[in-house]
Amino acid sequence: MTSMKLTFAAIALIGLSACDSNSSLGGLGKDRGAPSSGGISQSNLDPASIAYFNETIGDTVLFLVDQSTLTSEATALLDRQAAWLLDNPRNSVTIEGHADEQGTREYNLALGARRAASVQNYLVSRGLTDARISTVTFGKERPLAVCSDEACWSKNRRSVTLVTGGLGS
Amino acid sequence: MKNLIKLIMIAATGMLIANAPVNAQSKPLRIEINQGVIEPMPIAAPKFVAKGNGSQEYANQITAVIVSDLAGSGLFREIPASAHISNITNFDAPVQFADWKAINAQALITGSVNVSGDNLTVQFRLFDVFAQSALGDGLQFQAGKGSWRRMAHKVADAIYARLTGETAYFDSRVVYISEEGPKNARRKRLAIMDYDGANSRFLTDDNDIVLAPRFSPNNKEIVYTSYASGSPKVYLMNVDTLKQRLLDEQPGMTFAPRFSPDGTHVVMSLTEGGNTDIYMVNLQNGGKTRLTSGTSIETAPSFSPDGQQIVFESDRGGKQQIYVMPTSGGTAKRISFGKGSYGTPVWSPRGDMIAFTKISKGRFHIGVMRVDGSNERLLTASFLDEGPTWSPNGRVIMFFRETAGASGAPAIYSVDVTGRNLKRVKTPSFGSDPAWSGLLK
Repeated sequence: MTSMKLTFAAIALIGLSACDSNSSLGGLGKDRGAPSSGGISQSNLDPASIAYFNETIGDTVLFLVDQSTLTSEATALLDRQAAWLLDNPRNSVTIEGHADEQGTREYNLALGARRAASVQNYLVSRGLTDARISTVTFGKERPLAVCSDEACWSKNRRSVTLVTGGLGS
Repeated sequence: MKNLIKLIMIAATGMLIANAPVNAQSKPLRIEINQGVIEPMPIAAPKFVAKGNGSQEYANQITAVIVSDLAGSGLFREIPASAHISNITNFDAPVQFADWKAINAQALITGSVNVSGDNLTVQFRLFDVFAQSALGDGLQFQAGKGSWRRMAHKVADAIYARLTGETAYFDSRVVYISEEGPKNARRKRLAIMDYDGANSRFLTDDNDIVLAPRFSPNNKEIVYTSYASGSPKVYLMNVDTLKQRLLDEQPGMTFAPRFSPDGTHVVMSLTEGGNTDIYMVNLQNGGKTRLTSGTSIETAPSFSPDGQQIVFESDRGGKQQIYVMPTSGGTAKRISFGKGSYGTPVWSPRGDMIAFTKISKGRFHIGVMRVDGSNERLLTASFLDEGPTWSPNGRVIMFFRETAGASGAPAIYSVDVTGRNLKRVKTPSFGSDPAWSGLLK
């Protein structure tokens, strides 16, 4: 009994199907959507209030997959945001940049930062001063919608303009 | 480490040698792990002999952990005690090799456990059953009772090393992110555990989002990203004292930190004006050097073990791909060329491979390639596999796998670099972003 060696054969790449234990549950997720305005009709909102900004003007800009360029819908919304901010000079904003879950964590942080900067640059181009705008990225850490298909992903690829200071703060 | 484990060689006893026929022709018992093991080596590890009062429970648990380590590697198969013919009741008595040969045990592990006050002594010997000889000297470990698991891992490490000819990875830790709560409001905490998921404990509370920790080369510190200040910033923490400090006080978001192999620098991403580049921070003087430039995203840097090069990901070519550059910065060479996107490259501690996350056709894979980008092999596939980290010996990769859907959540897995032996590492709650330490001292 001298041969103590186990013998092995070279193994080609092991079938990946063995690892495919997670079938997609896409579509089952309930879309939470944006927070509702709680039944307050917009006519009751002070146009200088943050609630007015969030609900009537809109705080969220959406992006295409892996993109930070602004769509025409996005620039139209940002034009209204910029106008409001020029009318309400005591307010500052923080732009949050977000990504959907279809990317790696650190890349998505960088992508969220790019989206936030894209919004910031546009607002500056509309006359806002840099000093009033800060940015933060959340990458894929804070999804708004939680299903795993495009219906949710499209809502998560977003920037959110958070107004601080001034009236209603 | 606070608990020092003392190591002593046990002189081989005359009895053992006298009973072993000399067989100069036999090669040492050895399992070759290069190609992936199809047939695990059958081993017998009868319960270690308990010496003294209060030793039995430790003996049982220590034996169980040793077996769990060895069998869990996929390289060894335990022959259950119910099949054993011999009992080991005296650690120093001659081994009845015929009884172990009869059940086809190729290797036999015997041991003893002795509790004396707060101290624990573990001895073991390893035998080549068919050659009827000891494999190396017996070893004795001594430490406080609280270190019983580490002592078991040390025994398993020694056995793995003797039977494979390579260093092992069992006496090691993993720092990771423990996650709880719904997908849109996850609460994340830094946590640290043994490599096998035991002894998990938190390093932070769940007030702030924390991400992607990494060990320092001496395993005493970690770098990680926290939202404690409201935006992502890299922090340094001592794992024992939990003291932490902001790495870079200047403006800008910082993330994706990794230590240099000599522990003197941290390389990380810094984002300013929406542009993310890689910087090197000198831990002694706080000095910061920019290594990449341009409007593309550069992140997820990882040093080569010799400290000469950095592998990282960039979308400078349009999509996330993997590049290698000198540690001083300068010209980078792209090494990933397959279809899809490549991110999170991590250099193997052996220096020979890069592990990465690949995104292709809506699926995520953990894969490895040579450092020149050749020989790409995908080891896993799922809805979302991400963030590989290497075992100290470069044979196993840990990563996290997130399930899809509203109730989707991450868990930590490990897989051999051959693609075999995929298994979940049990954590008390959801787990992500694992980072493996080196072997503990």
